[in-house]
Amino acid sequence: MSDLQSQDYVRRSASTMTPPMARSHEDQVAKLIDVSRCIGCKACQAACMEWNDLRPEIGHFEGSYENPLDLGPSVWTLMKFAEYENEQGNLEWLIRKDGCMHCEDPGCLKACPAPGAIVQYANGIVDFISDKCIGCGYCVKGCPFNIPRISKKDHKSYKCTLCSDRVAVGMEPACVKACPTGAILFGTKTDMKDWAEERIVDLKSRGFENAGLYDPQEVGGTHVMYVLHHADKPSLYSGLPDKPHISAVVETWKGFLKPLALFGIAAAALAGFFHAVTIGPNEVTGEDEIEGERVLHESETETETEKLP
Amino acid sequence: MSRPDTVIIRYTVANRVNHWITAICFVLLVLSGLSMFHPMLFFLSGLFGGGQWTRAVHPWIGVVLLVSYLGLIVQFWRENLVNRDDAAWMKSIKGVLVNDEEHVPPVGRNNAGQKFVFWAMTLLLPVLFFSGLVIWEVYFGEATSIPVQRAALLIHSLAAIAAILVWVIHVYAAIWVRNSVRAMTQGYVTPGWAWRHHRKWLWQLAAGQHDKTTVRKRP
Repeated sequence: MSDLQSQDYVRRSASTMTPPMARSHEDQVAKLIDVSRCIGCKACQAACMEWNDLRPEIGHFEGSYENPLDLGPSVWTLMKFAEYENEQGNLEWLIRKDGCMHCEDPGCLKACPAPGAIVQYANGIVDFISDKCIGCGYCVKGCPFNIPRISKKDHKSYKCTLCSDRVAVGMEPACVKACPTGAILFGTKTDMKDWAEERIVDLKSRGFENAGLYDPQEVGGTHVMYVLHHADKPSLYSGLPDKPHISAVVETWKGFLKPLALFGIAAAALAGFFHAVTIGPNEVTGEDEIEGERVLHESETETETEKLP
Repeated sequence: MSRPDTVIIRYTVANRVNHWITAICFVLLVLSGLSMFHPMLFFLSGLFGGGQWTRAVHPWIGVVLLVSYLGLIVQFWRENLVNRDDAAWMKSIKGVLVNDEEHVPPVGRNNAGQKFVFWAMTLLLPVLFFSGLVIWEVYFGEATSIPVQRAALLIHSLAAIAAILVWVIHVYAAIWVRNSVRAMTQGYVTPGWAWRHHRKWLWQLAAGQHDKTTVRKRP
């Protein structure tokens, strides 16, 4: 996405300054994906391509309903199909629309080294500002959900924008508009949670005891949430992480190592500087030169003497 | 101070060219690497033509550095082998730090500090190279799993910081011990320099363990 600046940022990658946030009266938004109502028609995928002008290369049939096989620089959302045999021995077809979860505490943004290449708007949407992206792939390492994909053509990172351009002008995301069963809903996060609650009660009454809302708190909650029939086992849904979190390795690297390293390097340079102004240079004296010449000269006379007879 | 008319060749032309190729690469890598490490230093990417260029060029400079440093290893490994003098020198490190070298045991061509710099870099640069390959998105982005890449990033950063610290020591020591820089730019030191800092080396040279080109008239 390009930067519309229709809303203030609440977070901005690689920035030590507080982003402007005066326009604070902004509702948090969320997309709710009700997996139990999804029929796997892929209208959302088509709508995403349509609105965002994405045309991934046509691939090959690989024996799977998933088409294409993986997210990509021009595949921002993807239906994933999992066949699950439940305790009663019945087949359950678990279909999940995969894409950016728009974490409240985004790992991609934390890892990004390019100032302003990843931002979070006041409404909670996490967006990549492509012209500032340097293509390093750090966001891929930061993401707990394995979402960003780097293009080999322009070396930029891409993912779902939650149609931040549409949302900015009061429209719902393209996938929401296209969904024929109402499995994808969009609104304020509070409304979406209320709606999910009703759905969960309904699912429980129909025998899905573990039905629940997927809004993982380890990343501060997400702005894309799922209603799952098996909320106790999210990984059944094509590897949706049970407990998604920003890797401790990334937290170490972008957390305390960053300031500590600069401090360490500065301290070493300052130690050198103050050694120079207190103890000072180690200089060769005239005496040293006389001694050095003597040692060399002695050897020369010795060699000459050896040669003489 | 009397100006000696004989000088000792400490670094050959090959040594110097190889060293400075390595040095230039290292400085460029520090600048481009730090720009991608801390937001406050992102402005350094401007030196390379912007963020995309910095990201693209950093790994290639790293490849040149590794090849160049392999040359330094081949040329210098023998004189950096650790021996008993190094322990004695390290014990007198306080004397070294306050320029009281008369009370520091004599050392050969390199002292323990110089050997430390050599071996630290010999260890760190391959670590940086291989961890760097893992996170070289353009060519190896899909070669390893994401957890491996995360680990590689942390290792790369830690090794880079360690290498920068070693480099700060190396640069300061060269400035502090006067005329060391000239040894690496023009190639020679005076007999007095050798007497003061590397007395055993001078004795070895004087004892004839050198060819004719090692000691020559001042240019």
